[in-house]
Amino acid sequence: MTETVNIFIGVLVLLGALLSLITTFGLLRLPDVYCRSHAASKSATLGVLLVLVAALLYFWFEDNYFSARLVLGIVFVFVTSPVAGHLLIRAAYYTDVPLWKGSVQDDLKKKGQSNIVQQMKNS
Amino acid sequence: MKVNDLILQTVTTFLAFIIFIFSIYLFFAGHYTPGGGFIGGLMTSAALVLLLLAYDIKTMQKALPINFLTVAAVGLMISILTGVGAFLFDVPFLTHAFQYIELPILGKTALASTLAFDLGVYLVVVGIAMTIIQTIGESE
Repeated sequence: MTETVNIFIGVLVLLGALLSLITTFGLLRLPDVYCRSHAASKSATLGVLLVLVAALLYFWFEDNYFSARLVLGIVFVFVTSPVAGHLLIRAAYYTDVPLWKGSVQDDLKKKGQSNIVQQMKNS
Repeated sequence: MKVNDLILQTVTTFLAFIIFIFSIYLFFAGHYTPGGGFIGGLMTSAALVLLLLAYDIKTMQKALPINFLTVAAVGLMISILTGVGAFLFDVPFLTHAFQYIELPILGKTALASTLAFDLGVYLVVVGIAMTIIQTIGESE
């Protein structure tokens, strides 16, 4: 394994770990559930993806083993994590979790839309 | 009014296939690498539960008209028959055979009769898990 690849893989792992740490800070410091989900679903996904890509490259160059399972895992995390965030936040909105008091825009509350939200809550 | 689940349903149609394929991979990988009938069966029922979450129980029964209790029974039958089959060769109950065979496309393949036993475990796990979940889900 060449030194360049070594350094590249190390940087990828460190970046992934750093992004996961930033996600944790975001979860602790952001004011409401919507901002927190913004931190959790984006940066955590990228952090996990970077670590997985680094693992894939490591086994590829070190052991000459191309792990199809890791590729599958990368695709899986990339597809599911944002959808999970979307579903969590939608459920939070429909159960009247309040927005942060500094929020300025709530498009779902506009005339006509609020009717739909009300109907969904009742169903 | 029906809740609009477009994003969840679209992703589910795509992801269920990945989970199914991975569960089948786990089932066949069990002889030499981590995996096997139990975890493969659980993964398959996880894919079915994902379908149940995205669509309702009636759509599922239309798409997969299977009585999962029968699946569990068939699996148990297969497992017992692989054990009883050992008597035909005058060896004790549940003795399994193992051989390398040249197959036309796959080449040299290790074939073990344990795989049939594992298939039984797989079917029992899928059947039991889905029966539990559907029974709990249907009772209002």
